[in-house]
Amino acid sequence: MSACASSPTSGGGASGSLPSLEALRDRLLEAVPGAQIQIQPNPAVPEQSSLVVDPAHAVAVARYLRDAEDLRLDYCSNVTGVDWLDAFTEETVTRTRVVEGREVTVEETIRHRRPGYLEVVYHLYSMSLRHGPVILRQRTRNRVDDTRVASLTPVWRSAEFQEREVYDLFGVQFEGHPDLRRILMWDEFADHPMRKDYVEPDDYEYEPTPNAEILPKARRHYPLEGTA
Amino acid sequence: MSKPLDFDAAEQLAMATGDVEPEQLDHDAPVSLPPPGPRYEAVPRAASPAIPEPEGELLEVSVGPHHPSTHGVFRMNVVLDGEKIVQLKPVFGYLHRNHEKLGEQTTYLGNMPYTDRLDYFCSLSNNWAYALAVEKLAGLKVPERAEYIRVITAELTRLVNHSSLVGFLLHDMGTMGTPLMYAFREREKILDAFEALTGARMMCNYHRFGGCRVDLPPGWLDQVRTIVDNFPRFIDEMERLLSENEVLIARTHGVGVLPPELAVNAGVTGPSLRASGINYDLRKVDRYGIYDRFQFRVPLGEKGDVYDRYMMRILEMRESVKILQQALRDIPEGPVIDPKVRLRNFTPPVGEAYGRIEAPKGELGFYLISDGSKKPYRYRIRPPSFINLTVLEDMCRGHTLADAVIILGAVDIVLGEVDR
Repeated sequence: MSACASSPTSGGGASGSLPSLEALRDRLLEAVPGAQIQIQPNPAVPEQSSLVVDPAHAVAVARYLRDAEDLRLDYCSNVTGVDWLDAFTEETVTRTRVVEGREVTVEETIRHRRPGYLEVVYHLYSMSLRHGPVILRQRTRNRVDDTRVASLTPVWRSAEFQEREVYDLFGVQFEGHPDLRRILMWDEFADHPMRKDYVEPDDYEYEPTPNAEILPKARRHYPLEGTA
Repeated sequence: MSKPLDFDAAEQLAMATGDVEPEQLDHDAPVSLPPPGPRYEAVPRAASPAIPEPEGELLEVSVGPHHPSTHGVFRMNVVLDGEKIVQLKPVFGYLHRNHEKLGEQTTYLGNMPYTDRLDYFCSLSNNWAYALAVEKLAGLKVPERAEYIRVITAELTRLVNHSSLVGFLLHDMGTMGTPLMYAFREREKILDAFEALTGARMMCNYHRFGGCRVDLPPGWLDQVRTIVDNFPRFIDEMERLLSENEVLIARTHGVGVLPPELAVNAGVTGPSLRASGINYDLRKVDRYGIYDRFQFRVPLGEKGDVYDRYMMRILEMRESVKILQQALRDIPEGPVIDPKVRLRNFTPPVGEAYGRIEAPKGELGFYLISDGSKKPYRYRIRPPSFINLTVLEDMCRGHTLADAVIILGAVDIVLGEVDR
């Protein structure tokens, strides 16, 4: 039957030499002092849970993952950008209040806002030791004015074009990338089309022509039926 | 062990044609890579490496985007010193349609036919990769017969891709179509089989989550058996024509060498990686589907030049024929799709999954993030030919522009997948 659904590790094959994610996090915290690393569980495929790393220490963490003798994650397979919008959660709280001298229990709804962010996901494997994946995530501070993360291209060349693609389509600024330019959209394009709140233009190829000035003038002279 | 020719791939050739008994390759043995450290550090390079002092004037040439040998709408901005390339920047995106955004606006099932349009030579492999990722996300099982059908269709796709690639590569070298037409003659027979199975010749939209769309039509297995049994004759013919051809060797030997450390660091996968001598084939590493049941070898190159990459395709076709013969022999009767899978209104649980297969061009992966709705929150494709282009400049530097054309040809790109 399908080996993909039943295999204990998603990498399958000879994997299994990887330490557990908790052990890996503890080792990383020891090896890279000051790094902030959280585990993000994955409810659908638990063996593909990921490590969230702060951008300031991401390069050091990546370098450790690549160079440690028993990890040797020498192959960065996939770099993905994800856009998370502001999320709102509603919480119902029961409170006791004093209204006109009497104590009344009131139910109140509090709205929590979790600010949105852009996320970059790296899928790492080891070609030398044939295990993986270890999934690394970096998050920007917000979606608007601080969209910086650390580029991992100095560690894995395979991230070069993929980070350019994430920059192009999501607007993540990769600090330390050797050649951060648009790759799929044209250079003059202004927006980032993979963002969730991107609005398509009506006409991608619109350019102002003399008509743009003349048409309103003509309409003033010859108003259409019912518009004047 | 006799060595008829004194270049490295001759031994591989001899092994493939059965002249030499191959040593048993240990596929589980770890790849011997140099230890990490300073050697790796040297691999990443700055955006514009210092251009050496030219003898004369530097010439900037924009090759493409409509040059016939660019395999589609692809452009290379090349800086030449005489005829030698000192800098090469690939420019693409002309075919970009934001496939991943479309994927977020479509249901899981609705995305299946779009995957055909990625690498339009290998639509059935693309189907499989996507189905594998969704099956991993939703924890679905695939019936036995469907697994065999998947292997058969994927390996036929590999034959189509590799034979055409060899044809196109030789076309780039100026053979004016002869090997290409030989390859297309064989491809035609396989496309006929695809048409009988799926109704389409190139956009074969056939795999589904938890199995395949319909059972095989009557007589289809016999049709494929005939194709597969006659295929080695075609490979022999190609090899007699090409493998020891003086022009081919002169054009490809030692051209576009890709060192193994760089290949790994730059995420090169597929035949180009194995041509550099790295034993990494997902059919052996992940053993997805039922690939653990078949006897086949992973051919490896030694030099990592264009000749090795050509030879990888020939040898992999021979291995694919072996897999096909075993699969056609063993395929059982039974259902082709799990009846409990509800394709319409398909709603996987919240979470994410990355599934990958060994597509003919390299590792094809799909990364899906589900928020529990009927459409994926994020639908990402890891395109092998896009990432294999990362090292194009490194392979071309120092060679002539005419060599860059065949180096690009041997990378095996399809712009439907590069640009998405």
